[in-house]
Parts: sequence; structure tokens; C-alpha cells
Amino acid sequence: MIEAEHLTKRYGNHLAVDDLSFTVGEGQIYGFLGPNGAGKSTTMNIMTGYIAPTSGEVRINGHSILDEPEEARKCIGYLPEIPPLYPDMTVKEYLVFAAGLKKIPRKSAPDMIADLMETTGITDMQNRLIRNLSKGYRQRTGLAQALLGYPPVIILDEPMVGLDPRQIIEIRDLIRSLGRKHTVILSSHILSEISAVCDHIMIISHGKLVASDTPENLPLLMAGTNTLQLTVRTDEQTLRSILNAQDAVLSYTLEPSSENGAWDAVIRSETDSDLREALFFGCAKQNAAILNMQLSRMSLEDIFLELTEDETKTEGGDENGSHLS
Amino acid sequence: MAAIYRREVKSFLNSVTGYLFIAFILVVTGIYFTAYHLRGGYPVFSYTLEAIVVIFLIAVPVLTMRILAEERRQKTDQLLLTSPVSVSGIVVGKYLALVTMLLIPTLIMAVYPLILTQFGSVSLPESYTALAGLFLLAGSFLAIGLYLSSTTENQVIAAVLTFLVLFLCYIMDGIASFFPETASASFYALVIAAAAAAFLLYYMTAHTLIAAAGFLLAEGTLTALFFLRPSIYEGLIQKILGIFAITDRFSEFTNGIFDLSGVIYYLSIIVVCLFLTVQSIQKRRWS
Repeated sequence: MIEAEHLTKRYGNHLAVDDLSFTVGEGQIYGFLGPNGAGKSTTMNIMTGYIAPTSGEVRINGHSILDEPEEARKCIGYLPEIPPLYPDMTVKEYLVFAAGLKKIPRKSAPDMIADLMETTGITDMQNRLIRNLSKGYRQRTGLAQALLGYPPVIILDEPMVGLDPRQIIEIRDLIRSLGRKHTVILSSHILSEISAVCDHIMIISHGKLVASDTPENLPLLMAGTNTLQLTVRTDEQTLRSILNAQDAVLSYTLEPSSENGAWDAVIRSETDSDLREALFFGCAKQNAAILNMQLSRMSLEDIFLELTEDETKTEGGDENGSHLS
Repeated sequence: MAAIYRREVKSFLNSVTGYLFIAFILVVTGIYFTAYHLRGGYPVFSYTLEAIVVIFLIAVPVLTMRILAEERRQKTDQLLLTSPVSVSGIVVGKYLALVTMLLIPTLIMAVYPLILTQFGSVSLPESYTALAGLFLLAGSFLAIGLYLSSTTENQVIAAVLTFLVLFLCYIMDGIASFFPETASASFYALVIAAAAAAFLLYYMTAHTLIAAAGFLLAEGTLTALFFLRPSIYEGLIQKILGIFAITDRFSEFTNGIFDLSGVIYYLSIIVVCLFLTVQSIQKRRWS
């Protein structure tokens, strides 16, 4: 469906997108997740052909966005970060204009526009000037524009911004229903939005793809994802010898517990291991009573922070995603 | 292209700009028409047309300033450039909308010679030749305005730039006459121009070798020619500057001569400006 190969975009000395490669399959909802300025918008602008990459290639349905731009763009509906609306037009006029741009046959256009206005809930606003619309309605008008012609690929850059909670739920349901027939790519810097609708998450940080998997598998990807919290009534030496006997333990930290004569341990182990039984018997052998044992998997939130944090420390990260010129 | 054309024309007619453009031209035309022909009784319509050329220096920037600059500022160019329309389609659609706005006052002006025929004998072919010349002249003004609007996202800058460029073209004849017509004057002017061009080349490519080679080649050729065939330098500045004297070609039309070379000249200016506009939009996507 969409193949991006070694995309790089350089603004002067700044690398906005750094050797990004990914493939997006048919009929799924993909989420681009990354902090502000990670290069999400730049990547989407390259995918839709608004800006050209410094190097690399994007193919939509086999059409290269650079060599066959018109063929490739016919397959895409795009809602940029700032909805591209003309304030001097009414909602309906604007959609008619956009339908003309997308070369939708004049016969089928009015029905399609009425249908889309119904889906996005802007039918009541159709004769209002866009200038007078609130942010939420503008966002929805932009969304209706992106859906015109029901293109196979729909790319939405931060579609939920500016919507109230009820609208967010509506748009989320809309995107989910779109995902059945279309390939949808959406971006956000808010994790809960992405994990609520997406079948597949791509985490981008500083122009690089740092992780790409399903929301369920993403936690498993992380090295040392399994964290075990343990409180044992014993002395430090004994606890160390128990933990050192386990091969699966990658690292641990010890500190005196708040409970008298006990030690707290935070143990990180290999992803596919479950240490609980081995530790139980290990402690039992040493007559050390386990007071508390808890397995904690890293949440998506933790993964997101960990994946994107390291680099923000080393670099300034002042690039804005909407940096287009 | 058709969708963009329709939107632009509608947008001009829904806002004050389009009417301002039409009204401004018609009011001034009406004043001159009354003074020259109705009061003065002079039967040559091209007098009026010659007088109103200066109005286009102000009216054209008003019409063209927002046409591409505003798209960029509002980021609506993102819709145009990601839809299945070629960049040249966008530019031509916009240009045709501008020409349509010009066509409206031109058609109204076409009635004026007919009014004059009520009062005496008026040469209609001469009048309409002059009007066609004005249409071509203003059409090339619009193309220049369209190009300059594509270079910035600020309407005001686009308008001021367009006015300055049009004004320079308007007074180019006068500028050319400042320079002496001797061969050495042309030679020195070209030597300086070549040096400036080489510097510009260096600035744009940041390539010392290319710029230096271009500089030496140009200066060498100029010097060699100056010593071998000094006669070609005589009046050369005037000839070169004359290319940019857009309003000059119009005088042939006002004399009632349908000047084919003038038509080709104006059409070339339009084509070059539209081409530059496409390039300026494309360049921004790659930078």
C-alpha cells in the first residue's frame, strides 16, 4: 500500500527526518506517535507529496510520489496539521471545490458531499462561511475534505486537536469505521488517542523510527520489559546470592525496605521469562520470607517516554513538526 | 485547473478586490473618455487607452497580491499541492482567473468606440487594435504580478514588489536614456553586470570554481569583443534595457498597427512569468 524507503529530509543543518523506512499494509489503522517536533508532520508532508524528501522514495499503491505524482495523489486523502480551508467560502462551496480538485465526477459529487457532511456532522453548517466556524467544525470540514472520493489511503495529521471530548469519541469511531475499508494513517503526540484506535503504532523520535508494532506487542519489544518488585525479610547478602543464582536476571537494585529487617528489590529480567516461581523456591530454600512480589509490565506510556527520552536529553529538539518552508 | 479557475473568479467576485479592480479602471477610463472624446471631441480612442496605462501599475498589484501569497500564508497550498493537479495546472488556472477579471473591464471599454461613432467618424479597427494591445500589456502585467506573488507569503510585500517592478518597466525608457550611447559606456556597464552575475552565481551555488570560471569567461568574451568589434557595443545598453520596457511596445498598437512582434513579445513575457511561477513553487518543495 505505502512503502517508504530511506526517507531523509534536511533543513540546512537540521535533520527533520533521518533515514525513515516503513511499509503500511492495506485496511489497517496506523498511528505515528512521537513528541512535538519528532518529524511526524514532515514525514506526512513527504508521503503526500507536499514537500520532496532530500533523499529516499515513497510509493503509494506502487506509484512513486515523485515520478507519478498525480496517480499517487489520487489514492490519498490528506488532512494536514492546519486544515487547508478558505475562510471566504462556505463549507459546501469548499467541499465542491475540493471535489473538483480531486476530479470526482460531477454527477456523483453532490451525493458524496452530502453523505460526508452527514458523517462528519457538519450538515447544519453547510451554508456558513468557514471564517465563522469554530475550531472543531473547521477540523471536521478538513476531515470531510480528506475523505472526499473515499481514497484508499487517508492520512490525518493530528485529527483530534481542538475537538471536545464528545467529538473526539465521534471522530474516533469514524476513524475506526474507516479502517475497515481504507488504510488510515494518523499522527498524534498523545498516546491514549493512538492506542485507542490504531492497529499498529510507529514511534518516531528525532526523525527516526524507534519502534513499530501492535499496541499489544509493543511492550514485549522492550529489552527488560519485565520488572519484578520484591520485598524479602532477609539480609542483603542472602538476597544477593538468591538473585545472582538466577540466569534470567538482567539487573537489580536493592535498598532497605520500610518494613523492619526486610529488603526491597527491583529486578529487571528478560522479556520471555517469568521469575516468580524460581524466586519463590530460591527464597524458601534460604528461609527468607517473601512479603511482597509484584510483576509489572511496562505500560505504553513508559515505553513512549523511554524510547523518546534518551535523545531529547542529548539534543535540543527545537524542530517543530509544522516546519515546512 | 477548472476547479481552481472557478474558485478564483468566484472569490474575486465575492470580495471587494475584484470590484475594486474593475471599478478603478472603469472610473479612470470614464474620466479620460469624457475629457478627451466627449468634451474635447477628439475621435482617436487610443488616447484614452494610452493615458490609463499608468492605472494598471496600481490596479494590477491589488488584484495579484494575494493570489499565491495568501495560499501559502493560510497553508491552503497544502490542499492544492497534494491533490491530483499539476503545479502548472494550478498556475494556469489562477492566471486565467486573473485574465478573466481583466476581460470584464476590457469588454466594457469595447463599447466606448461604438458610443463615439454616434457623433462622427471613428476608426473602429484602430480603436480595437489599441484595445487588444492594452489587453496584452495588462495581461503581461498580471503574469508579472502572479510570479511575484509566488515568491512571498506576505500580500503587502507582493503588492509593493509588483508595483516597483511594473513601475521600473514603465520608466525603463527614461532610465535607458541616462546612459551614453557610446561603445565604451555599454562595455563598462556589461563588465559590471557580468561581475554581478558571477557573484550571484557564487551566492546561489556556493561553488567557487563555477563562479570564477563563469566570471572569467564572460569578462574575457566581453573584452575580446570590445577590441575586435567595438561597433556592436554602440547603444547596446539601450537595446538590452529596451527588452524590459514593456509599455513601449504598446505605442505601436496605439498607432493603430497590429504589431505581430509586439503580440509575440507580450505572449513570451506571459509564458516566461508563468514558467518562473511554477519553478518558484517547485523550488520551495525541494528546499
